[in-house]
Amino acid sequence: MSNDLPKETLVGFWRDMHRIRAFERSAAYQSTLGKIYGALHSYEGQEACAVGVCAALQAGDYVASTHRGHGHSLAKGARMDRMMAELFGREDGYCRGKGGSLHIADFGCGMLGANGIVGAGYAIAAGAALTAKQSGSGRVAVCFFGDGAVTRGTFHEVMNMASLWKLPLLMVCENNGYAQYVSTTETMVFRSVADLAANYAVPGVHVDGNDIRGVFQATVAAVARARAGEGPTLLELRTERFNGHSSGDPQFYRSKAEVQELRRSRDPILRLEGELAGAGLLDDRDAILAAVEAEVTAAVAFADAAPYPAAEAVTQDVYA
Amino acid sequence: MREITVRDAIREAVMEEMQRSPGMIVMGEDIMPGAFGVHAGLGEMFPGRFLETPISEAAIVGTALGAAMTGGPVIAEIMYSDFLAVCMDEIVNQAAKIRYMTGGQARVPLVIRSPIGMTRGVAAQHSQSLEAWFAHIPGLRVAMPSTPADAKGLLKTALRGEDPVLFFEQKLLYGEKGPVPDGADHLVQLGTAHVAREGEDVTVVATGLMVSKALEAAVELQRSGISIEVVDPRTVSPIDFDTIYGSVDKTARLLVITEATLACSVASEIAASVAEHRFNSLDGPVRRLGSPFVPKPSTPTLEKLAYPGTDDILRIVREMVPRRTR
Repeated sequence: MSNDLPKETLVGFWRDMHRIRAFERSAAYQSTLGKIYGALHSYEGQEACAVGVCAALQAGDYVASTHRGHGHSLAKGARMDRMMAELFGREDGYCRGKGGSLHIADFGCGMLGANGIVGAGYAIAAGAALTAKQSGSGRVAVCFFGDGAVTRGTFHEVMNMASLWKLPLLMVCENNGYAQYVSTTETMVFRSVADLAANYAVPGVHVDGNDIRGVFQATVAAVARARAGEGPTLLELRTERFNGHSSGDPQFYRSKAEVQELRRSRDPILRLEGELAGAGLLDDRDAILAAVEAEVTAAVAFADAAPYPAAEAVTQDVYA
Repeated sequence: MREITVRDAIREAVMEEMQRSPGMIVMGEDIMPGAFGVHAGLGEMFPGRFLETPISEAAIVGTALGAAMTGGPVIAEIMYSDFLAVCMDEIVNQAAKIRYMTGGQARVPLVIRSPIGMTRGVAAQHSQSLEAWFAHIPGLRVAMPSTPADAKGLLKTALRGEDPVLFFEQKLLYGEKGPVPDGADHLVQLGTAHVAREGEDVTVVATGLMVSKALEAAVELQRSGISIEVVDPRTVSPIDFDTIYGSVDKTARLLVITEATLACSVASEIAASVAEHRFNSLDGPVRRLGSPFVPKPSTPTLEKLAYPGTDDILRIVREMVPRRTR
């Protein structure tokens, strides 16, 4: 393993990916207990994308997320307990229980919201980037989206406008190969998302999205370009969705063997763990795992103890 | 008081609020001088703050929303309100709901200015009055000024707020003159109706261009001894029902006029609310007048049949008032 990044950084990546996975597995379990009312879209398998990208950002930078957004929130700095409380529909959740999984946002850490509409995040992120550019704040905005979102017309509109205005924007495609239940080979004529970038006069970068080192380094370069006023970059992170589209998806569209093989060969956490262990850098492994487990346990306890919103909350927050 | 046009009143509001809020930006297609020339001369005053956009309505409104959530205020100009159909997700699913979905975290100082309604022969895709679509959505405010003073005061209030506002400007009103108070702090609160003319026999609630039609009709009706009270809600979300109910309590008769297709219109909502809450005040059925259930045709011979006119108001009001009162 090359010692390209400091040990603390790499171990931090491993811990942060593990936090996301532990959160997702706990949420899935809590859902089976009936404690979570709505559907969940698990981020398991894609952890290196959120952690690698967000590690290259500053606290003041913005992120616009997708329906599969838990990983983005955690990686950007949201608290696990308030996220779990949101999934539980409680007053102490980030959105007072009104958003649920599909709309978790933490404006305090620059996380502008998961989104229930595929392809709606592009322009919101571009707008945040526009604010950064107009104010000269030096901030950047990241839009996460899936391969299934690339067929929305808003992709074209925002790529063109963001390049035209040289917005400090990172367009980050997490290509997990599926648009809900359909392989994107059946929905897109183009085989590469990153290659589309040339049409908009911006760099397009192919990255193995399950190699966190590569994700991080590609993002650092794109952020530097954005902060220098040179405009957006399109990153295509090739990754894998280990679970179905959402909780309860029986995955009739792919075999169990395919999923097992992905979990065996394409797990971003196991991959980094193997590298770190091989280099003798994971001496804190058990302590880190215990700390993550304690955080998840505390998050569930926090969510369990939090009250549901009072009846009057239903009419609050509609207007300022 | 000085008299200026609706166009100049809107221009003044934009200019004054840009001076007041250094972070404010305006974006849209052909933004200089803007739809119907509203921004004439402002580009030089505020360099870098009027953003010329591609023809990309979804990106315009979505980007304006993202900019408003992180800064603002922002005006997104959509050249014809018919084009709002192209960016409905950004308005209805995003801008309207982001505050609620995030439990009150989001502030959205966003105003979508858009010319609305009839003009000359531009037909089915440039003439509609779609305000009811937006009045139906919680989280949005919808303004429909009928005078220069209201256009200025409502726009300034909208730009100082933190809720997304659809600001509809009737195209035939841009050149209309009226008194506008001096000073940069002329504000009109959203949700406050204006009694444009006091009267005794019939309450006529009208919005936008229909206010002037109602006032024309009022002069003619006065000659035959019928006195109508013209109430202009000025915003159709929220609607100032108190003022409307108060007027109906006095006159006991109500006609609601809209330029929009009558079916499922704001006029229908007002009529239903009065019937529900003021049944005992009424001496006769609530009447409504709006556009017939057809797209707008281009040729002048058909176009005039596709909108409500002053003659329709005269006919209906005369039907409403019994002969003994005349």
